[in-house]
Amino acid sequence: MMTSPLASPARAARPLPDASDWTFELIDRYHEVIRQTAERYGLDTYPNQLEIISAEQMMDAYASVGMPVNYRHWSYGKEFIATEKRYRRGHMGLAYEIVINSNPCISYLMEENTTVMQALVIAHAAYGHNSFFKGNYLFRMWTDASSIIDYLVYARNYVSECEERHGMEAVETLLDSCHALANFGVDRYRRPSRRTLAQEMAESRAREEHAQQQVNDLWRTVPVREEKAPAAQAAQRFPAEPQENLLYFFEKSAPLLEPWQREIVRIVRKVAQYFYPQRQSQVMNEGWATFWHHRLLNTLYDDGHLSDGAMLEWLTSHTNVIFQPPVDHRAYSGINPYALGFAMYSDIRRICEHPTDEDRAWFPEIAGAPWLPTLDHAMRNYKDESFIGQFLSPRLMREMRLFAIHDDERKSELEVSAIHDTAGYQRLRQSLSQQYDLGTREPNIQVWNVNLRGDRTLTLRHSQYQDRPLGDTTLEVLRHAARLWGFGVNLESVNSAGSVARNWSVGAPA
Amino acid sequence: MALHIIDRRLSGKNKSIGNRERFLRRYKAQIQDAVRRAVDGRGIRDIERSENITIPRKDIGEPLFQHGQGGIRETVHPGNTEYLRGDRIARPPGGAGGPGGQASGSGEGDDDFSFTLSKEEFLQLFFEDLALPHLLRTQIGDNPEWKSHRAGFTHDGTPNNLSIVRSMRGALGRRIAVGQAPRRTLVQKQALLVEREREKPQDVDVVEALRAEILALQGRLKRIPYLDPIDLRFRNRVRVPVPTSKAVMFCLMDVSGSMDQARKDLAKRFFILLYLFLTRHYDKIDIVFIRHHTQAQEVDEEGFFHATETGGTVVSSALVLMQQIIVARYPSGEWNIYGAQASDGDNYNNDSTRCRELLAEGILPLVRYFAYVQVVEEEQNLWTEYQQLEQAHANFAMRKATSADQIYPVFRNLFRKQRVPA
Repeated sequence: MMTSPLASPARAARPLPDASDWTFELIDRYHEVIRQTAERYGLDTYPNQLEIISAEQMMDAYASVGMPVNYRHWSYGKEFIATEKRYRRGHMGLAYEIVINSNPCISYLMEENTTVMQALVIAHAAYGHNSFFKGNYLFRMWTDASSIIDYLVYARNYVSECEERHGMEAVETLLDSCHALANFGVDRYRRPSRRTLAQEMAESRAREEHAQQQVNDLWRTVPVREEKAPAAQAAQRFPAEPQENLLYFFEKSAPLLEPWQREIVRIVRKVAQYFYPQRQSQVMNEGWATFWHHRLLNTLYDDGHLSDGAMLEWLTSHTNVIFQPPVDHRAYSGINPYALGFAMYSDIRRICEHPTDEDRAWFPEIAGAPWLPTLDHAMRNYKDESFIGQFLSPRLMREMRLFAIHDDERKSELEVSAIHDTAGYQRLRQSLSQQYDLGTREPNIQVWNVNLRGDRTLTLRHSQYQDRPLGDTTLEVLRHAARLWGFGVNLESVNSAGSVARNWSVGAPA
Repeated sequence: MALHIIDRRLSGKNKSIGNRERFLRRYKAQIQDAVRRAVDGRGIRDIERSENITIPRKDIGEPLFQHGQGGIRETVHPGNTEYLRGDRIARPPGGAGGPGGQASGSGEGDDDFSFTLSKEEFLQLFFEDLALPHLLRTQIGDNPEWKSHRAGFTHDGTPNNLSIVRSMRGALGRRIAVGQAPRRTLVQKQALLVEREREKPQDVDVVEALRAEILALQGRLKRIPYLDPIDLRFRNRVRVPVPTSKAVMFCLMDVSGSMDQARKDLAKRFFILLYLFLTRHYDKIDIVFIRHHTQAQEVDEEGFFHATETGGTVVSSALVLMQQIIVARYPSGEWNIYGAQASDGDNYNNDSTRCRELLAEGILPLVRYFAYVQVVEEEQNLWTEYQQLEQAHANFAMRKATSADQIYPVFRNLFRKQRVPA
């Protein structure tokens, strides 16, 4: 790990051309200087693969959750239609880039971009995001960059094969049900094993055969010897412990699913797992990429590679990206992750290089430390929640003029619980950190019990966080769960006092 | 670290088309409703355009386990200007989050989901489960057009179709196959002979016998014909019927004084539906517009729909003209002929009988289909005369349509999918 950037080479004789129309040769030249500059900062990345795509292809990619291949489902069609409409009406611009956490790291450059914008995208995606994917512990632990594309190809083929064999209708309803529960199809704590595509396919075959032969606990009808029967069985719970991964539970334990259905449940679960880190590191990831395109392009300018015009052009869009409208602004819709992330990384660098007394008090271990390793550490070992909890500085809170609103439904008014002052820093930081905690953003629902002796009704349990109830679509999701389970499903919502506040139940699907 | 720049622009466009199809299939009922409304409610000129479809958002949502309103939540916002700790703020209506209306999570609110059907998709839905009347018979029955194309090889044919390469290849194969066994024996015998001559030349009988056998085998091999009649292969050509892809559509309309603009509009709708319908099935479509009052004349589209005429009505004049045009320009062997007539039913009394005769004898035998739409409710003599036709001729249909929203059902009714025995 380098502690400071390498010395800059001799200043370039003349800046790279900034013609608005790019050429392959020009992209290559820009990429080369960006690569050299990134090397000087010690950014560690997967090999890069840049792909030029058209606006329509960008919309295609949008619609299939940013992946170059995916199985077919109507919801992606809906997404595509919505995107297309917004784009055509000019309600939204397309993102300049999409980057895929794969090895090699694929970055899409849109053909409409100007040369300078392509350079911005390369710095942002191919070096910023790319190094984040390679470095951050969530991605290292949960996703296998080298095999995701292969897996999606496999998923796509498998799903279309199922459509042929079992009919579109059957596959579609199954996917609907799985999608409804996809956010509850992730392992939060267990590390997934790494497999190659070939292994995955061989195992899928074997799994299918094995799973169906397995005697399911639910079907166990072999008579039990009299003496140890009733008491032992009444006490026996299934599952023995609550399970948080609902889809995994269905895949392994739902008695009526056919082998191909189990495999599809598995596919949705795997894809959800792949996206799980992204959902937990938006601020960090975007902030990191934004910080680095800013840093790299500025360095390029200092080294004489960028013309003044190019500089102004990318700065314009940089400024737009990190714009944070204040709370009373018409365009306000929550905190802009680009703005917050960029501000935080810049602030960490500031704390390292020019610490104030306040910083020394709040961040004794990083104040005055070399900034490059500090930033690298901050990128590698945190997710949004802990990153904010650790590094949000009082000074940044003041700059952004953050304040917290406490909303308790039992009270008639909202209360301002903390503002950017000495009394409020800790609480603000904690609140904001919580706001990015997936565990509190999403309801906590687990598999609680299966009625083994009766009608096999499955009971799910929702443990309320801060007494927050479940939303309106709960019953609908429960129907999907019942479809997967094959029998009735109950959902108990348990409040902080430990009593069941509300109960939903749906019968066995017809 | 090698850089790859890959140009993907030309590959894999419309990757989402499959997803879009699945979406349309799923919401077919709603979309078809919208299509029907569009056809009923809108001007004719817009019909061939794409169509905006709106589906209620609640029908289209994907449910998730989410937090609902209520409980305790604390949110952080930027841009504080006036608040101090402990300030109380009235709960904004809707209740979500803090002041200034924090995004309600779903972001887009409860707008209905609307999108645009392309022209093709629109027409596809529009004409779903309609089939061209008697299409089957047209293709298989008295088909006038033939195309000949190659269909492999046969054993007999005319010399000019002889395929020399193919024949020689067959001959070579036959020679090899037939000569295989004797040739093998010949080689063995020759080897044996050499051996005998060297080791026991005194055994003359045996050697002679061998020689004779070898001679016989050589003779047999020589007699294998170089080219045998069974080797001959001739290029085969077959004639297959080609469905006629040309159609002509006759639009006949009464433009007499009794046809006011509203009635003409109705008729127009019907013609346009028919035209759109035909465009889905034929490559090339001619349209002949014939308008009539007491006299008939062939006009262009503009003149057909927009010119105003006055006077009485002689329907048969139009039918006569149609028949003349068919004979002169559209031989029924080459063209699929469709006729559509719209009228308010007014006619000179004795003319209606003539119309029936003209149709029955002159026109119906030539056309694939003839549809008559009457744009008023009351039944005059033309209607009753035509009713006799309807029973006697399968390719004649008649309906009444008195308001714009009836046109489409009537049209569907006329062109309902029917099983036609081939």
